[in-house]
Amino acid sequence: MEATLFYILATILVVFSILTVTAGNPVRSAVYLVSALLGMAGLFFLLKAEFVGAVQILVYVGGIMVLFLFVIMLVSVREVESQRKASRQWKTAVVLGIVLSFELLFFVVRGSDVFRTETISQGLIEQPQTFNTESVGALLYSTYLLPFEIASVLLLVVIVGAVVLTRKQL
Amino acid sequence: MLNTLWLIPLAPLIGFFINGLFGLWKVARTGSGPKKSFVYCVACGSILISLLLSIGCFWALVQLDPEHRLVEQDLFTWISGPALRTAAGELANFHITWGLQLDPLSAVMILVVTGVGFLIHVYSVGYMAEEEGFYRFFAYMNLFMFMMLTLVLSSNYLVMFVGWEGVGLCSYLLIGYYTHKKSAGDAAKKAFVVNRIGDFAFIIGMLMMFTYFGTLDFTDLFHRVGEMFPTPESTWGPLSWIALLLFIGATGKSAQIPLFVWLPDAMEGPTPVSALIHAATMVTAGVYMVARSSAIYSRAPDVLLIVAVVGICTALLAASIALFQQDIKRVLAYSTVSQLGYMFAALGVGAAAAGIFHLMTHAFFKALLFLGSGSVIMALHHEQDMRKMGGLRKYLPRTWWTMGIASLAIAGVPGLSGFFSKDEILWRAFSNPEGHALIWLVGVLVAGMTAFYMMRLMFLTFHGEERLSPEVATHVHESPNVMTVPLIALAIGSVLVGYLGLPAWLGSNAFEHFLEPAFETSYQSAGEPASSGHSTEILLTFVSITLAGIGIFLAYYFFLKNKEKPAQLRKRFSGLHQLIYNKYYVDEAYDFLFVSGGKGWGRWLGAKNWGRYFSAFDNNVVDGAVNGSATITRLAAWLSGQADIHVVDRIVNLVAEVFEFFSSVFRKLQTGLVQRYALSIVIGIILVISFYLYLGV
Amino acid sequence: MVDTSHYLVLSTIVFTIGVVGVLTRRNVIIILMSIELMLNSVNLNLVAFSDRLQDLSGQVFAVFVITVAAAEAAIGLGIVIALFSNKDTVNVDEIDLLRG
Repeated sequence: MEATLFYILATILVVFSILTVTAGNPVRSAVYLVSALLGMAGLFFLLKAEFVGAVQILVYVGGIMVLFLFVIMLVSVREVESQRKASRQWKTAVVLGIVLSFELLFFVVRGSDVFRTETISQGLIEQPQTFNTESVGALLYSTYLLPFEIASVLLLVVIVGAVVLTRKQL
Repeated sequence: MLNTLWLIPLAPLIGFFINGLFGLWKVARTGSGPKKSFVYCVACGSILISLLLSIGCFWALVQLDPEHRLVEQDLFTWISGPALRTAAGELANFHITWGLQLDPLSAVMILVVTGVGFLIHVYSVGYMAEEEGFYRFFAYMNLFMFMMLTLVLSSNYLVMFVGWEGVGLCSYLLIGYYTHKKSAGDAAKKAFVVNRIGDFAFIIGMLMMFTYFGTLDFTDLFHRVGEMFPTPESTWGPLSWIALLLFIGATGKSAQIPLFVWLPDAMEGPTPVSALIHAATMVTAGVYMVARSSAIYSRAPDVLLIVAVVGICTALLAASIALFQQDIKRVLAYSTVSQLGYMFAALGVGAAAAGIFHLMTHAFFKALLFLGSGSVIMALHHEQDMRKMGGLRKYLPRTWWTMGIASLAIAGVPGLSGFFSKDEILWRAFSNPEGHALIWLVGVLVAGMTAFYMMRLMFLTFHGEERLSPEVATHVHESPNVMTVPLIALAIGSVLVGYLGLPAWLGSNAFEHFLEPAFETSYQSAGEPASSGHSTEILLTFVSITLAGIGIFLAYYFFLKNKEKPAQLRKRFSGLHQLIYNKYYVDEAYDFLFVSGGKGWGRWLGAKNWGRYFSAFDNNVVDGAVNGSATITRLAAWLSGQADIHVVDRIVNLVAEVFEFFSSVFRKLQTGLVQRYALSIVIGIILVISFYLYLGV
Repeated sequence: MVDTSHYLVLSTIVFTIGVVGVLTRRNVIIILMSIELMLNSVNLNLVAFSDRLQDLSGQVFAVFVITVAAAEAAIGLGIVIALFSNKDTVNVDEIDLLRG
């Protein structure tokens, strides 16, 4: 059951991300990315990380992708379809991508016996029922309090920065 | 058979006397020289005798047990000297016999010297046919052969030194053969003087050897060296000094840094002289001497390193100069210096057999190249500038294909002799304990450069459009058989000789095994030295073949396909080109540092104004002092001005040009395109991950 | 059952797609979107390990990654807008002011 779900979501993710990267029209690209991110959120849920999954949908898809779409509208109005989409180095890029993926996969495959499902069950059985969101929240406000505060300062800086960057006069 | 050893050097000596004395007498009596056929029968005949005897003695040597292949023949006592005290406090007799010694090393050398020498003598019959003083040439050539054979057959250092000086003398006589050309005389003087510097070091080395070991005989000396130094010297001691001094002597004779400057000028001599003396035999004397002294060198590892580094740096320097020379003989002269550098590099990494192997293959193809160029020069009525050649293939077919084989051999094309010997050196440089991958790397680069300049020579001379001057173009024809048959013989040699020394992955190296008893290497690297096995060797061979291929292709591209490219590149890199074309201004530097001072001395000493100086002493002293101080001040000012203009400014400009050159290369990386930078980041990531993979695997 | 290694392989694939996208496309917005893809693949990696090691730090880290991704996307798009209003193009290979 879990396996089937995983493969479906994985397929969605991979297919849509490929479409994102190869689509001609930026709007289409954005929509494909949205679908890919939704697939990703599904994977998060599958991994029992409900909080992260929800945050993904709310913030990433609902916030960031919407922002992308706004900017695409602002900027790509005069986009000419017939212009080539790929830069001159695309062949090198593809080759490098394949090389990189092989290298990383090599590491994964080499360590794959560490991840056998049998070893998981050694005492890491189902915890008593706590809600994921609650636990994450508890962590955020105790151990990771400092990063949390810094993140909020970061967001403040971003807001101010975005306004400064896009003003008409400097 | 073996007791005819002494006849081998004697035959050419007799030839020298017959031709020389009879020639002088005949000229004094009748005003013209002896009949040509007489002269060359005597000259070539004597060498032929030496050759046949050498083959016979070699054959006899091979019949002996490998451990007992050492035949000594003492002819007479030369110096029955006093007893002298050595460094160890004992008494030693300075007793020198004129002795000959035949072992695998000297057997190889006499075969090379007499074999190649004979073919060159035959060739000279055709080449020198129109010269006057025909008998003088052959007399000197025979004298040279006597000296060279004495050098390689000697059984002690002093007799070897006689031969050593003797070949220097003959070199002087033969370079200056064209007495009507001032440049030839100058070149002869230069060769002799530079050689002498090396000889000075050699003498001091010999004196040190006697002082420490009490003998100069090879077998006795090396035995004592082995006793007194059972392990290699770990610091710089007397053995290292001796080795270094002997090596300086070798750099003089074999044209390495810093004493190589005489060899390109030596091309003023007739081409057979260049082939015999300055390609196949005399210049290899230094290599032979260092190889013979392997007992000493293997115990002085610091000097071995110096030998290897000087050798490979010379190879690189000379190859770079050869790339741009326009005179066909100069290219070959620098090529010789470069290949000698390879041989010394081989000696320096403890692969003496490989060095001698290369000496042998080099003798064949270099002699062939020089003789072939002589054929071209003759056909074009003494034109040597390659800019005035071109398209000669159809006029000189035999010269073309024999020189072609030699060029491919020196370039290291597989299947020919040069490939086997050069690859053996490169492999040893990489894998021997005394070797270093950096030496291998420079060696491979030089191999590529060698391929390039040799094919450049071939393409400019024989292919492409004809650029001959009009009065020459009507008379161009192939040389007579007496000149082309030796070419063919040498070409056959260039192909076959290499198969004597197959690399380890193709079979056993018969040549090395034959030479083994003659050398002592500190690690006995005659066998498989490293655990890398054959695959590394094959890989390195593949790399050097690839580089040779690139060199040949580039020569093809620049000189046959895209003929404007060289001129364009020359304009773009004109500073660098000027530097290398003018041979890095080494001659100018030596001139400034040493020669001007020497010439000034000579002029002053010969002023013949001694009487005036003595009689007008008072006036001259006082006024002289005053004027002198003024002159000195002016001179100092002028000197520093000159230094500023010529030296400092040139250096500054050169530095600026170097930076300009490099920055023009690096500027291309700053494209301003962010995506390219991202690409380079990804490349960097891949490299870093590969590094971790490499560490883990 | 799905091993963690499956998730890692998936994450690698998506990451590579993102890298190829960054290096290949000319439109700067699509490049930014490819960067988002890469960040997401890292998130997947983090959460997969969090599940495997039963340690919630992975998920907390993932939340922070999303936060920073948001910040970066906002600023990046701001720059794109500024660039567009000055140079009138969003093609990354037409902008080489730092050349030389």
